[in-house]
Amino acid sequence: MPDLSVLTARFDPLKPFLPWLLLALGLAAPFALSAYDLNLLARFMAMGILALGLVLIWGHGGILSLGQGVFFGLGGYAIAIHMKLADLPQGEIPDFMVWSGRTSLPLWWQPFASPVFTLAAILIIPTLVGALFSGAVFHRRVGGTYFALITQALALAFSTLIISRQDVTGGFNGLTDFYSVFGFGLAGPGTGSGLYWLTLAVLCVAFIGLRWLLASRFGMLLRASRDGENRVRFLGYSPTPFKVVAFAIAAMLAGIGGALFTLHAGVVSPALIGVVPSIEMVVWVAIGGRYSLAGAIVGALLVNLARDAVSSAFPELWLYLMGALFIFVVTLLPRGLAGLAKGKAA
Amino acid sequence: MDALFLNQLFNGASLASLYLLAALGLALSFGLMRVINMAHGEMLMLGGYLAWMTLLVVPGALGIILAIPVAFIGAAAMGGIIQTALIRRLSARPLDTLLATWGVSLILQQGARDLFGAIGVEVRAPEWLTGSFMAFGVTFPSARLFIILIAALVLGGLALLLLKTRIGLLVRAVNQDRMMASATGIDVSRVDFTVFCLGSGVAGLAGVMLALLGPVTPNVGQSYIIPAFLVVVMGGLGSIVGTTASAIILGLFAALAQIFVDVSVAQMLLLVFVILFIQVRPQGVVAVKTRQLDA
Repeated sequence: MPDLSVLTARFDPLKPFLPWLLLALGLAAPFALSAYDLNLLARFMAMGILALGLVLIWGHGGILSLGQGVFFGLGGYAIAIHMKLADLPQGEIPDFMVWSGRTSLPLWWQPFASPVFTLAAILIIPTLVGALFSGAVFHRRVGGTYFALITQALALAFSTLIISRQDVTGGFNGLTDFYSVFGFGLAGPGTGSGLYWLTLAVLCVAFIGLRWLLASRFGMLLRASRDGENRVRFLGYSPTPFKVVAFAIAAMLAGIGGALFTLHAGVVSPALIGVVPSIEMVVWVAIGGRYSLAGAIVGALLVNLARDAVSSAFPELWLYLMGALFIFVVTLLPRGLAGLAKGKAA
Repeated sequence: MDALFLNQLFNGASLASLYLLAALGLALSFGLMRVINMAHGEMLMLGGYLAWMTLLVVPGALGIILAIPVAFIGAAAMGGIIQTALIRRLSARPLDTLLATWGVSLILQQGARDLFGAIGVEVRAPEWLTGSFMAFGVTFPSARLFIILIAALVLGGLALLLLKTRIGLLVRAVNQDRMMASATGIDVSRVDFTVFCLGSGVAGLAGVMLALLGPVTPNVGQSYIIPAFLVVVMGGLGSIVGTTASAIILGLFAALAQIFVDVSVAQMLLLVFVILFIQVRPQGVVAVKTRQLDA
């Protein structure tokens, strides 16, 4: 069908300036918001980075991952371990390890003392795990519902593993009480705004990068494999590498988001990355609009704002509300808010 | 053959029975409709609470026998409601069905928390189920033997139903080729509905078995449902033989792995095992032969 939206669209003189307006608002936020609100906004923006990855794999690749929390957690724990080590006096080990009866630092903690290693780990570990995991499943042409179920099992296995290895992961309570990162005191003046601008910058880069990627030949092939994987094969392409690369990129974004989130929230724990949080991440994108990058960011911000507002007053109400949101969006609004904004919700 | 090994072998058999009861309904509906009901774990929970309520009304040995049909019918009815109200409307979108039924699962869990409390309720098993007996130097708890027996009975009953009755014939026809079955005049959506109710009922029955092993909590289903999903992934499309085989393999694997590692590592190994298994047989343990390209 030819695109007729040009006939119905109103002339809107503001439209070309809208992204710049939003960017200006975003840049100015630290001067307008209280430190608490700014921190909240920054957290939600870190989640938005993860949400962008879901648009890539779920919206455009047709790959539903119920395990994004795992990659979020890999990034989050990497930075958390580094901060734990950075705050320690020479030769000591973190207090929770002492309580669990350990006397020495585990071997795999040691390289995280280096800032360069930590930054590389945040980028590489989630990407690599995502690529290996999805490659192992996709190259045997297992996908769709099966893949979603396997990712959920991954989220369960990962979070149980962390909880049970209390002596090296902090267990159920996770890792918390950080004071400085890369030499900047977390409570110091300007650190909050600095981290916020960093998050905003990463979000913008991820947004622009994915926009370019989705418009490229890669994006077209990804959408083609979503709509007819076997047809893509008949055309002479192997869909597997495209899906694996997309999944690895989404895992990387989730890892970066997780690391930034941990910086803002000051804690990373299994309660943030297990089965239920992982599927909540999908609902952000479902509500914002699974095909739309901007929608996913809006969805992540709105759902988490609502969550923050509702669950502080009525914690039990939030679960009902989220359940209802899932059902409502999926049955009646599959394109999410972005679909509504474009006026073609059905 | 030392006692620990025998003991874990027996635990594996009873774990496999629970996986099987939880996975049968999922696998049957998945074979027919290609959708997974994420609220299936809550059918286990519902069965557990129904067993508890039945025992409040009828205490004693008779209660637990009575609880089985009560839980079956209750869970089947709930399954019927979910299928009609939600899943049927989403039939062409398997991934969306996954998400919508997850919403149902959240609501049911929170509902149970509000109704029965977060801590859970304890079902007092009758005398003849709390005992145990010794053989080959191993203790066999009666409750676990009972679970294995019930699973075998359910499996036998289901096999008879599918192979010997008219409804079974219809189910097999739709499973093999949905379009063709519909063209021959079979009411396909009625078959879907029946199978969905049946599968939910079996899960409700599994909930009674869980209630014999420990307290019934709002998220009691969650700890069994994810392994049950893996059973479905490994079993092959809509095959009862495949589902049974993969439930036995995964149940034994999980229990035997615990001889060497703790529960959490065993869970990770279970996932690794399934992914490795897919490398060898991506079509599952048993694959129904088909000429369709996009099965």
